[in-house]
Amino acid sequence: MRAEPGLWSGRLALGWLIAGEWRFHPARFLVTAVAIAVGVALGFAVHLVNGSALASFDSAVRGVNGSADLSVKATSRLGFDERLYPRVALAAGVAEASPVVQLEARIGTARVTLLGLDILRAAAVTPTLIGVRPRGSDADGAAVFDEASVFLSRAALERSGAKLGAVVTAAANGRAVPLRIAGTLPGVADGSAVAVIDIAAAQWRFDRIGRLDRIDVKVADRPAADAALARMMPGDAVISTAQAQSLQGDALSRAYRVNLDMLALVALLTGGFLVYSAQSLSVVRRQRAFALLRTLGMPRGGVVAAVVAEGVAIGVIGSGIGLSAGYGLAWAAVHWLGGDLGAGYFRGAGAGLVFQPWAAIGFFAIGLLAAIAGSAVPARLAARAAPAAALKNAGDVLDPRQRVAWWPAAGLLIAGGVVSLLPPVAHLPLFGFAGMALLLAGGIAGVPWFARALLAPLARGAIRTVPRQLAIRHLHGAPGEAATALCGIVASTALMIAMATMVTSFRGAVDDWLGQVLSADLYMRTNAGASFDPATRTRLAATPGVARMAFGRQLALTIAPDRPAIALVARPQRGVEDPQFVLIARADALPTGLTPIWVSEPAQRLYRWNPGEVIRLPIGGGTRFAVAGVWRDYARQGGAVLIDEADYQRLTGDTGRDEASATLLPGSDAAAVTQRLRARVSPMLRGQVDITQPAVLRRFALTLFDRSFAVTYLLEAIAILVGLAGVAATMSAQTLAREREFGMLRHLGLTRGQLGAMLATEGAIVGLTGALAGIGLGLVLAQVLIHVINPQSFNWTMDTRIPVGTLVAVAAALTGAAAVTAVLAGRRATSRSAVQSVREDW
Amino acid sequence: MADPSLLTVCALAKSVPGPRLLFGGLNLAVGAGEIVAITGESGVGKSTLLNILAGLDDADGGEVAIEGITFGGLDETARTRLRRERIGFVFQAFHILPYLTLQQNVALPLALVSPDAAAARVEAKAMLAAVGLGGRGEGYARDLSGGELQRVAIARALVHRPALILADEPTGNLDSETALRVLTLFADAARERGAAAVLVTHSDATAAIADRVLTLTTEGLVERAR
Repeated sequence: MRAEPGLWSGRLALGWLIAGEWRFHPARFLVTAVAIAVGVALGFAVHLVNGSALASFDSAVRGVNGSADLSVKATSRLGFDERLYPRVALAAGVAEASPVVQLEARIGTARVTLLGLDILRAAAVTPTLIGVRPRGSDADGAAVFDEASVFLSRAALERSGAKLGAVVTAAANGRAVPLRIAGTLPGVADGSAVAVIDIAAAQWRFDRIGRLDRIDVKVADRPAADAALARMMPGDAVISTAQAQSLQGDALSRAYRVNLDMLALVALLTGGFLVYSAQSLSVVRRQRAFALLRTLGMPRGGVVAAVVAEGVAIGVIGSGIGLSAGYGLAWAAVHWLGGDLGAGYFRGAGAGLVFQPWAAIGFFAIGLLAAIAGSAVPARLAARAAPAAALKNAGDVLDPRQRVAWWPAAGLLIAGGVVSLLPPVAHLPLFGFAGMALLLAGGIAGVPWFARALLAPLARGAIRTVPRQLAIRHLHGAPGEAATALCGIVASTALMIAMATMVTSFRGAVDDWLGQVLSADLYMRTNAGASFDPATRTRLAATPGVARMAFGRQLALTIAPDRPAIALVARPQRGVEDPQFVLIARADALPTGLTPIWVSEPAQRLYRWNPGEVIRLPIGGGTRFAVAGVWRDYARQGGAVLIDEADYQRLTGDTGRDEASATLLPGSDAAAVTQRLRARVSPMLRGQVDITQPAVLRRFALTLFDRSFAVTYLLEAIAILVGLAGVAATMSAQTLAREREFGMLRHLGLTRGQLGAMLATEGAIVGLTGALAGIGLGLVLAQVLIHVINPQSFNWTMDTRIPVGTLVAVAAALTGAAAVTAVLAGRRATSRSAVQSVREDW
Repeated sequence: MADPSLLTVCALAKSVPGPRLLFGGLNLAVGAGEIVAITGESGVGKSTLLNILAGLDDADGGEVAIEGITFGGLDETARTRLRRERIGFVFQAFHILPYLTLQQNVALPLALVSPDAAAARVEAKAMLAAVGLGGRGEGYARDLSGGELQRVAIARALVHRPALILADEPTGNLDSETALRVLTLFADAARERGAAAVLVTHSDATAAIADRVLTLTTEGLVERAR
């Protein structure tokens, strides 16, 4: 925009104008700057925490993988045939190859990744995984070839509590093996709990003879290696790179992170609305000052420049404070909640806070932009006012007959609805968020019409008391003024109600689902790779008090190296007969000769596996399956596939099972049966089996759910507090601006008490209008969250459940807060004598 | 005899929505150092005429020229510049900004032209002294009486040495004794600086300080015999 002549030369006058306003109303500027600061702080903190968590996850992945150029990885923990190794080692473009056995293990109570390596090969491909003895390098190699030696990373050593040279027991794959800690792994990054032993020892001692989990590759010619390896990949292995691993970590939590970012930006948006409210009121109050300056020769652009410059100052101060506070918040969040803010995505990857300068610049810019945008609209309105008319008019020009336009709001709402129905972009519900923004804008634009419609019957009717009549007629005549005060609170209430409705619906759906799937009386599960062999299963099934026992296998299955693994669940009963299995869609007919599988809802949405389709899974050498149905699963966000236990065993040859559910005979005591079941597993396995009752599992699952949403609740609460601060600031500003009106009313005979009653009524009506508009809009936004954003982000669907208690509490809190604020501000506005009030010039 | 070329109004006409003719064929010439009072009934269009003379409102017909420059040929930016540099204003409601010091209020017209704060301060200080408020420059509007506020407004109207001063009911908010003192000050200061002044008033006492008194009617301005 080209500056008007005179704008630059008049900068001294503009400076006086802005400085004078700040000196006279510091609280107003402080509140608006704090509103921006809160939004920037939340956004920056969430972004820093997410970035730090991803960085530490990356570091943990690299810690386990070493620094190989690429890896051939098993698609499940069943591994692949070790005969692949010589073929990979001799493939075109491959310089060196290092075979790896990888097991999830426990040393004492510490969970570690146990790697079995061929030290000579690993030295060439992944040197960071080579152990070092306490005094210098393990030059003679004696310990690294010793089958009873183990090398631990610093994190593994700290977590196990063991000392160098000590003998510890490593439990993995159902075996417990004593190993001596021969040295450390200085090349593994801090935070990664890794243990390294000789590969032969790993295969032999942990029952992995003939199987490998990974082959790390150093390439001489990347394109040649990629082509050669792709040709020789069996169905149960994929080629993976460090970049693909990072993408996998990113994909794991991407939707959650984007949603948190969006939620944090909501607070910033509310802050922007608050700046708009405050600046609008300030502009109205200063309308005659601006008119005077325009009369004295300030160009039209000078008014805009003055108000926008104030917005810039608010934005700079607010964003500056916000960045500092955000860094502090992020530090506290990582310290107390962990890198994934309690959501459980990166368990075990300890995050250290990493400052991100570009993110800081970005959030500073967004904060500044919100403050400028919040100022620009009132600035333009102020500049448009005719100076001569504004100088004559003592205050607001209200015309109750003036119609309030409804069509801008309706247009925005319809556009929002249409946009939110558009498909996701890169698996993210970007149009969903855009639709929500449009709906929000439409809802706020509709507040004046809504207030007029709501108050019309009251304004028409006969009202007995003068204070109430004045209150209703003032709001009915000036709904736009009320809307200015309300836009911040309507925005924050609507978003809070939307989030609360979504979370209530989600929690209710999870609770119902848990009630359905946890239908057995006891659940058993192994850990650290242990499993129930057929003999153990027979013994367990014959336990007195047990009527029926079902065993299952669950293992992670990599479909693509850059996407999170899905869960392969093998169970004895099929589809509809299994009470733990909530079927939501089924195939009408299946191709003959193919093994049926049932996919979870997230798996269906992520991979587009629809009932009746034929898909290929990387088990049993890449078998083709027919999708027989879709089942509801709120436990595995990455997707799950259910296969009949017999089919699983036939395809994989795996006879182990790692989970079981027991239905007890009527009258059996669960605690006693638990003791008996525990007694029937071998002493070695006993420490690796958990037996739980469904109530405990349900409580645990809901606790996890609440923990995941704890940050969401916190962000919602902050958004509503910012909104409440906004309504308090704008209500008090509007009330103080009407000092002369109150003086005139007192001249006419209204007592201070009657004025208080009038203001309380006005405040309550404004608060109630805001609450009703916010709740209505929030319920509409909730539909987008539940039916668009949630399925597109997390691939879960659910029905709407309305949190009636929350709605009533929010309406009551807003109505009360607005009434109290109006009365308190009114006391100040009526504290001066009536004579002084009407004589006030400005 | 005053130079008649400072403010020239030819065949000015203005109607308001209704439509109702406020005035038509209005002619006026005001010379440097001359003070003209315009009287008339309420609603006859006195303030509207003043707004047209200031370039804040447009006439339906006719011409207004200040020092030979006609408003009709100027865009809004040029009108604003002309107003900033060549016109001073005095209002009935004073319009002293409460959050600026009195000195800053007086210096506003200078501050709109140049960022030289020191020079503006010196000029404003001298102007405040000239209206009898020397040493009060660091005070604020709330410290002053109505008469004092209007003296500040007069100082502000004159500080940038305008060619034309427009005053709308400048004593409407003052008692008669204060009004007389303020008017005398206004007239002396305007004449001393050689500025032309047009003041709109209901009050005969106010009009009495003018060199000429004109009554606004729908047919134009009619000179009242003195």
